[in-house]
Amino acid sequence: MEYLLEALHVTKVFGTLKANDDVTLKVKPGEIHAFLGENGAGKSTLVKMIYGALQPTSGEFRWMGKPVTIPSPAAARKLGIGMVFQHFSLFDALTVAENIALAMPGAFDMKKLSERITRVSRDYGLPLAPTAVVADLSVGERQRIEIVRCLLQEPKLLIMDEPTAVLTPQEADQLFVTLARLAGEGCAVIYISHRLEEVKRLCHNVTILRHGKVVANVDPEKETAASLARLMVGGDIHVVKSAREDQRGATRLKLDHLRLPADGPFAVELRNVSLDVKAGEVVAIAGVAGNGQSELFDAVSGERSLASAAMLVIDGKPMGHDGVNKRRNVGAAFVPEERLGHGAVPGFTLSQNVVLTRHSSDEALVKSGMVSSGGAAGVSQRVIKDFDVRKGKPDPEARSLSGGNLQKFVVGRELDRKPGVLVINQPTWGVDAGAAATVRQAIVDLARQGSAVLVISQDLDEIFEIADRIAVISRGQLSEAYPASELSSEKIGLLMAGAHELKETPHAARA
Amino acid sequence: MRLVLEKRAEASGRMAILSPIVAILLTLVTGGIIFALRGLNPFSALYVFFVEPLTTSWSIEQLIVKAAPLAMIGAGLAVSYMANVWNIGAEGQLTAGAILGSAIPVFFPDFQSPLTLVLMLSLGVIGGMAWAAIPAFLKNRFGTNEILTSLMLVYVIQLVLDWLVRGPWRDPKGYNFPKTIAFTDWQLLPQFQLIPPSIGPIYVNLGAIFAVVAVLALAFMMGRTLKGYELRVQGIAPRAGRFSGFSREKTVWFCFLLSGGLAGLAGICEVMSTVGQLQPGISPGYGFTAIIVAFLGRLNPIGALVAAFALAISYLGGESAQVALGISDKTARVFQGILLFYILACDSLILYRLKFIGRTPKLAEVKA
Repeated sequence: MEYLLEALHVTKVFGTLKANDDVTLKVKPGEIHAFLGENGAGKSTLVKMIYGALQPTSGEFRWMGKPVTIPSPAAARKLGIGMVFQHFSLFDALTVAENIALAMPGAFDMKKLSERITRVSRDYGLPLAPTAVVADLSVGERQRIEIVRCLLQEPKLLIMDEPTAVLTPQEADQLFVTLARLAGEGCAVIYISHRLEEVKRLCHNVTILRHGKVVANVDPEKETAASLARLMVGGDIHVVKSAREDQRGATRLKLDHLRLPADGPFAVELRNVSLDVKAGEVVAIAGVAGNGQSELFDAVSGERSLASAAMLVIDGKPMGHDGVNKRRNVGAAFVPEERLGHGAVPGFTLSQNVVLTRHSSDEALVKSGMVSSGGAAGVSQRVIKDFDVRKGKPDPEARSLSGGNLQKFVVGRELDRKPGVLVINQPTWGVDAGAAATVRQAIVDLARQGSAVLVISQDLDEIFEIADRIAVISRGQLSEAYPASELSSEKIGLLMAGAHELKETPHAARA
Repeated sequence: MRLVLEKRAEASGRMAILSPIVAILLTLVTGGIIFALRGLNPFSALYVFFVEPLTTSWSIEQLIVKAAPLAMIGAGLAVSYMANVWNIGAEGQLTAGAILGSAIPVFFPDFQSPLTLVLMLSLGVIGGMAWAAIPAFLKNRFGTNEILTSLMLVYVIQLVLDWLVRGPWRDPKGYNFPKTIAFTDWQLLPQFQLIPPSIGPIYVNLGAIFAVVAVLALAFMMGRTLKGYELRVQGIAPRAGRFSGFSREKTVWFCFLLSGGLAGLAGICEVMSTVGQLQPGISPGYGFTAIIVAFLGRLNPIGALVAAFALAISYLGGESAQVALGISDKTARVFQGILLFYILACDSLILYRLKFIGRTPKLAEVKA
């Protein structure tokens, strides 16, 4: 048996989207094999099929040389495949041993189980007290529970989904020691990451995915972080922009050493984010999902208040302490990533949804505390007409619209106010090509009329299409904003992998 | 062959209207079965319980007396629940209002002027608000679960009431009964003739008018004002509420003070009319029954007014069943409980539909 797991011409289709396209790869026993790729490259879909949570549309998997179908995660565990998810599923109120016991098939002896947990966790350098209550543990310790839970089942293949995203550098170091030891014992590890340094340091083999396809299978020792970045991001994005005349004006939106503490175990802390957005330009923030984009949006929109007013300046006014409506009243407008439930109330009609973001800035909508349904309907009709929002009824519920049409409405609702500053998170996420073009054109047009536009996006094609300058966010830190024409795909890839991050405490000595 | 709940694409408007009707029918059927098990003729028993209270002008007057506090509290709770603020302690806020308002006649028994009436009613509202402010504060400051704190505070204030009427506030000439002095003149609510004697006569007190005013005002607030919009957004889509710049903390305060104030008003109106003095049993559980009223009324203030009459019938039915059938008037509570159970069950059919599935899933897949 040369290979533990083989995927042969595996394709997975969701509707019209090919999430995995003719993927072929091989994992040897004892090998730490990285899957590298941007968001939406198909990494998650691929491991979900290996773990039995999804079924391939075509192609086959071989396990120890024999063709297998893996109908469920339980079946995968039976084969000897374990998986540690990025977000844990643990019961806070239960102890470590009780949480692990819940995942064990059949009957068990709590005392023996506790002993095994202590032994296995110590052997692998992941010390855990079986009687500790999960609620009292750090995120790193919680991850250990998940890992030990897998190890108790003596897996032959362990899948780790971005395990270091939630760890401190010291915890990450400890994890690498454990993984190296597991590999030494013959257990294969599939390691999903977009952090190039880690991959170079830890992995024996790298499969790089882009747009659902395997674009390369390389030895990380022979590659540089830069060459990996180029493979991950791809050389096919157009880096050449038609030169625009420089028509930038005064700074309209300024982030000055903005900080925001993390508000949950999986949240990202924003550190020293500084950025100027000037009148007439579109600045884009690129980055892999979950690196602080939603936190940054909340901080800029005012949904979360900042520690000092000077951290956020709109048109010269320090507004860090002011809420979202005060920021709107000075001419700012915001479009969040999530359309349903954040940007719009699903069960409200479009005209009712107009009131959501304009009740304080639009005098025609609210008169002496009363909502003017006529005023709201007027705005709604104007937006629907200007942005070609297609719908069934004259004033349908927001949830009945398609993603693209609702996005056109949500963006149009803000652009209709002619905002001086527009902040928009994921402007065309999950939107059809026609609607995406409409939205992008509207964003660029707004900037050319003298507004400052900040776009947060994970879509590099989109960013290069509309942005004048590009900054990259990684682990809550924002890089300098570079003119789009100066950025190569290699440089963006390196920034996405955290090249600009401030190095903090040196890594602990390897245990 | 099995039965599953399947999520609907969007809420069913038909089920939203049908749900309370189906729930009432199922309650009647279940009630009939309970009566039959007790050896009573279910049809005559149900007649005594639900129809007889509507047959005389005196009992219609009683119906209004009982429906008024239910509508007043129920409308306030409906608004709170709509905004996802779960005040379960209206019974306690009712008691707190009754106590604070009664302080005037207890301490100044000879103070008699229209101002007495105004002061007592105002203190009633303030008492209810003050008691409701405790869970609101705890929720905002410490993130406590308002369902538990508001409910537990009911028992606290009821014991305070018990202590007051047995101790410091007891009527010295009351033969040691646990009561304050009886209220008189301006310490009681004025009555109005609703229907002339040639037909009725039916009298209502000021409390019924407050109830109608409160219901109409809240219905207007929810339907037309920005405040109502804010409350609805926070209830359906909290994230969108935050994006809209609405403060969750302020909403928690607003809902508790509103529903607590209305419960306090209902409490002081009870002691200023039906009861006529402060004593341990001032409410037959109006504050709890109003929760059912709010749900039966589809969390709509106008709906709560209609539902208040339905629940008021169950109280009167309980009393007449005690007289005519010799069964405990607690039967009313049983009916109310069954009704709430059926409403909540039927409400799940607004967002889900029942579906029969012929084939059992492959066990192998489940166990594997």
